[in-house]
Amino acid sequence: MKQRLLIVEPSEVIAEGLKAILEGQIRFKVLEPERSADRLEERLLALRPDVLLINPTLIDNTAPLRTEGPMALVALVYQYVEREQLKAYDAVVDIRDSRATIIETLAQASPSEGKADDNNYELTKRETAVLIELAQGKTNKEIADALSVSVHTVISHRKNITHKTGIKSVAGLTVYAMLNNLIDESSAVK
Amino acid sequence: MMKSRLFSSDARLSDLITAHPSLLSLLTRLGISLGFGDRSIADVCESSGVDTGFFLLICNVYTFNNHVPSTADILGTDMKGLVPYLEKSHRYYVDKRLPHIERHLDAIARELDGRIGQAFISFFQDYKQEVVAHFAHEEQEVFPHIGALMAGERDTTYSIGEFLRTHSDIEGKLDDLLNIVFKYLPPQVDDDNVLDVVYDILRLSEDLKKHTFIEEKIMVPLVKHLENAVRK
Repeated sequence: MKQRLLIVEPSEVIAEGLKAILEGQIRFKVLEPERSADRLEERLLALRPDVLLINPTLIDNTAPLRTEGPMALVALVYQYVEREQLKAYDAVVDIRDSRATIIETLAQASPSEGKADDNNYELTKRETAVLIELAQGKTNKEIADALSVSVHTVISHRKNITHKTGIKSVAGLTVYAMLNNLIDESSAVK
Repeated sequence: MMKSRLFSSDARLSDLITAHPSLLSLLTRLGISLGFGDRSIADVCESSGVDTGFFLLICNVYTFNNHVPSTADILGTDMKGLVPYLEKSHRYYVDKRLPHIERHLDAIARELDGRIGQAFISFFQDYKQEVVAHFAHEEQEVFPHIGALMAGERDTTYSIGEFLRTHSDIEGKLDDLLNIVFKYLPPQVDDDNVLDVVYDILRLSEDLKKHTFIEEKIMVPLVKHLENAVRK
């Protein structure tokens, strides 16, 4: 199975250049590069990349990107970035590296195929949090406010929950949450 | 879809059932009692007062998943039996299948912790209410409309366009229930009961899908045609 790779880089020349280099590789399916990290969490939910190659100057904190399954996070550097900051990444690609080195670095960082997100049916922490709110009868808007994310993100989480559990209705998901002891009976909506 | 695979009226009814046992549950709803011996489909239909063409149309739809009867097929068939068939199917689901499933679920719920068992069974009861309301709407609004049109009346109180806009899916929650029952019940629950109810739910879900298909692919084109005919 090909690894889905997403490049997030403001420079069009660099993003397109990397895309051109990597596209010939059978290992990778290169997704359309993103120019900025705006709404990045939503894009990750929608695109589900296996590898995220991102310019570290675009984000302050990598933690929110780590909540969604086994995605490799790779820093893309061509300017000065503090060493401390790079520690949060699984690997570092310098654009002055050779083509072979870049490909090798990305291949090493990729999550192994068996662990690809498509085969992981366990709910992530975020999905569980959404499920719990949902089982309490909250609307998408209320859940978004409670978890400080956008409504769009909540909808993406709900799609993933349904994909994983096979349960579509809120009533059914509430029973699921109770059976898994995610909510105590008193907080479930009747 | 090759036409030759569809059933023909000179075949023995018993051969049809042997090849496709699931059709057995259709017979009563179509007005045919068991004990038909070795007689042909046409023969049994005639003595039961069922139109053979209509009988075959329904059996073909139930058996061949991709078979969509053409408008010409529908209009070339005596459709007087359609509404009585749909009504009998509603009764079959509401009075026989759903209570049967509910008995199994009740037994399962008793093995679950108090409030969880309660939530589990009320999920099903709420679903049952939705199905009953869904059928009641069709019986009060749609079927009388068809009856009037078939009698050649100009009935403008209802239009089938409205049916298409509001016709909701009634199998979805059944699939939710199926997932809950066979994937997520705790191990303390008796497997035999779970297996029984899983088969029952699967069968009902399949049956309801065909029911919806018949309403949308046979009933709707028929009513559209009738509505246009009386408007002229």
